[in-house]
Amino acid sequence: MFNKASKGPLFPYIIWIALFVIAPIVLIVYYSMLDLNGNFTLANYRNFFSPVYLKMTLTSFWYAFLITLFTLLFAYPTAYLLTRTKHKHLWLMLIIIPSWINLLLKTYAFIGIFGLYGPINAFLEVFGLDPQQILFTDFSFIFVSVYIFIPFMIIPIFNSLDKMNPTLVYAARDLGASSFTTFRRVIFPLTIDGVKSGIQVTFIPALSLFMITRLIAGNQVITLGTAIEQQFLVSQNWGMGSTIAVFLIIIMVIIMLLTGQKKGGRIQ
Amino acid sequence: MKSLVQATIAILVVCALLFFVVDRLQSAGSAGSTDTITVYNWGEYIDPELLDKFTEETGIKVIYETFDSNEAMMTKVEQGGSAYDVAAPSEYMVAMMREKDLLLPIDHSKLPNLKNIDPYFLDLSFDPGNKYSVPYFWGTVGIVFNPGLVGDHLTFQSWEDLWDPSLQGKVFLVDGAREVMGMGLNSLGESLNAKDDELLDLATEKLTSLSPNIKAIIGDEITPLMINNEASVALTWSGQAADMMWENEELDFAVPEEGSNLWFDNFVIPKTAANIDGAHAFINFMLDAENSAQNNDYVGYSTPNAAAMELMDPEVIEDERFYPNEELREKLEVYENLGPEWLGKYNEHFLEFKMDIR
Amino acid sequence: MKKLSTSSKVYLFLIFVVLYAPIFYLIFYSFNSGGSMHNFESFTLEHYNAVFEDSRLITILINTVIVALLSGLIATIIGTLGAIGIVSIKDKKMRKTLLSLNNVLIVSPDVVIGASFLILFTMIGVKLGFTSVLVSHVAFSVPIVVLMVLPKLLEMNTSLIDAARDLGASKRDVLTRVVLPYIQPGIFAGFFLALTYSLDDFAVTFFVTGNGFSTLSIEIYSMARTGITLTVNAISGLVFLVTILVVIGYYFVTNRSKRVNEEVQR
Repeated sequence: MFNKASKGPLFPYIIWIALFVIAPIVLIVYYSMLDLNGNFTLANYRNFFSPVYLKMTLTSFWYAFLITLFTLLFAYPTAYLLTRTKHKHLWLMLIIIPSWINLLLKTYAFIGIFGLYGPINAFLEVFGLDPQQILFTDFSFIFVSVYIFIPFMIIPIFNSLDKMNPTLVYAARDLGASSFTTFRRVIFPLTIDGVKSGIQVTFIPALSLFMITRLIAGNQVITLGTAIEQQFLVSQNWGMGSTIAVFLIIIMVIIMLLTGQKKGGRIQ
Repeated sequence: MKSLVQATIAILVVCALLFFVVDRLQSAGSAGSTDTITVYNWGEYIDPELLDKFTEETGIKVIYETFDSNEAMMTKVEQGGSAYDVAAPSEYMVAMMREKDLLLPIDHSKLPNLKNIDPYFLDLSFDPGNKYSVPYFWGTVGIVFNPGLVGDHLTFQSWEDLWDPSLQGKVFLVDGAREVMGMGLNSLGESLNAKDDELLDLATEKLTSLSPNIKAIIGDEITPLMINNEASVALTWSGQAADMMWENEELDFAVPEEGSNLWFDNFVIPKTAANIDGAHAFINFMLDAENSAQNNDYVGYSTPNAAAMELMDPEVIEDERFYPNEELREKLEVYENLGPEWLGKYNEHFLEFKMDIR
Repeated sequence: MKKLSTSSKVYLFLIFVVLYAPIFYLIFYSFNSGGSMHNFESFTLEHYNAVFEDSRLITILINTVIVALLSGLIATIIGTLGAIGIVSIKDKKMRKTLLSLNNVLIVSPDVVIGASFLILFTMIGVKLGFTSVLVSHVAFSVPIVVLMVLPKLLEMNTSLIDAARDLGASKRDVLTRVVLPYIQPGIFAGFFLALTYSLDDFAVTFFVTGNGFSTLSIEIYSMARTGITLTVNAISGLVFLVTILVVIGYYFVTNRSKRVNEEVQR
């Protein structure tokens, strides 16, 4: 099956890569070397190494890390418990459905929910706490980001847990392993591919988050994605915007190389 | 495998059914023909009844498409690939599009209703002689505030009031480089079109000293916050302030005396136009006193149409917060097209300021 | 299968409450006669009536659904085949390169994708509209499908394939009878997440659309300046209700037929 003769399925995919990945990359690299007047320059690259952009890169990383961490912390137990419910596939669908409602609308809903007079503060007041401004804080930013990404993390983990052979767990338990040891030595390693997949679809887009950095964080958090957005749409400086995009892609490739599946060709 | 095939078939069947429904629904002809025009505007920025009325009167069907930022709209027009007959950019974008040769000249002989426009709003720096644009709505940039939530000593007749220590962590700014930098420059008594590095540095410094008072820099989402009494002071456009005050009567709006920005949204005919006569007919229709008054009722921004104002509720047009008197008008400035280099500098200073808030 | 403990149930319950809170918030205000998402005045159905009277909005909604379903389907096919192809590559470097390229569109902000696709389409001379939007949605949905299918392929036991081959199965049979059924959950996951991408996308669609073709996202975003109307809430409420009914209905119908089948086989 998986040998040389079966490259056939790869064809449409390769065409897709050539048209919609390679071509845009070429365009972006080309634009990144243009200044505002359309002349060739490397100034954009020099600009990127100014303190403003370096600080931004660090901020993006830090928040993407936090978002991924919390998404994983909440998603893993959810996925695990879901696999043990009676109608597990139905419940999984019900996790995905909220993500089909428009994000901007949901964000407006969050603005209302987190508001000073919103349900959360009303709830806190029952416990005698003063109303707090939850919007425009790190908490609200990370909360909403986790909200956006959690289905993307739950699904791959659910899929790897779902087909896991339960006898392995029973065996470990029979051999006297504690629940934690069973999890650490048996369950987690068996689902590592799903977790990796989840981390990739969370961390990578989290680096380039925009919109909610303004809507929920009030521009107190500025990520590389926000900067690109601004350069393209507000400054009309496609050169600088493309340069940041080039760095974003380079950073992503580095992450891929670091987290890539080490045990490469298991199926050959 | 079986379920994969079943699912594929199910999706295709559903799509085919939906195609059928859409086909039945779509009465409008295709874009680019002589009996349709495509209007490219902000969402909810026109009374939809007027579109129907226009079709009834002229037989021209209107395809209404929407955009959410001037720059994105310009990119679409610049790249082509789609016919837009009428668009509604802001004034600085008119200048930019004119410079890039993206607009068609407007034939004034086909716009008899142009006489309805108050001459004060014609022949402005961004389009001398109104060769390429006709004003649609206008307004100012100012401060919307909730008198119940801020001290009585704050009237916001001066920009300095924003720096008042009692406003710590209460001020919201709009996420626009020209607006915020312009406010910084105005508060120093300078022009908001300044092309001077030193002045920009000073303005940025002045803005940075506002940091402790700033709660957030956001966009249109300020509206629900002001309406809900959650935000007490915000720098925003008059049109948006009007929207807020419509919902929350406690709010007030002020344009500081040091001066501020005067903005316009305008009708233009982009070079992508396929039905130029239809576009003129549409603009002329919207300039009609009665139609303009009806549209103003729906949108709620300030109209430049003098004939329409006579038909409107006097209470609306006598409100000096939205129809400022001559004296204040003198101090308002229209954004000039700074050119890419200076625009870039404004944006960089703004970005620096944003990064420094924390 | 053991029963879930109470604390587990509470945990799941809380997760679902959080996931659905904003949606119920939106639906709640769609019944507000006040006209905006605050100060609930009194109950009304006027916003729902407005949806049904506005044929333009309904057309846009249907367009949105068609683009989502079709782009999801096509992207799933390309992505699944791509993932199977990727695992079959022995050269590790080649594999990593492909995977990195796969993720480029995930990491690129929407404006960049949108702007470069727009340049691409106008360069080739594609008329902007339904086709360009559909193609773009397929394009940015493919990587997510690959990332969902890949772990299932990697988990797959080689002995399964070997056994099938030993029993004389052709390559085609191995693919349709062994590989595809095994990775099926990954394929469905990829499809559903592709739907999410497609339904949520604003920036890319904005740039590549034209000639009167519009999607719900574009309508909603461009309304932000003058305030989003509750008609949009109403339409979201309707979409949500229909989706839930379809999903639950479909689930129970297939479940029952599966059970019947099993009984027959017995």
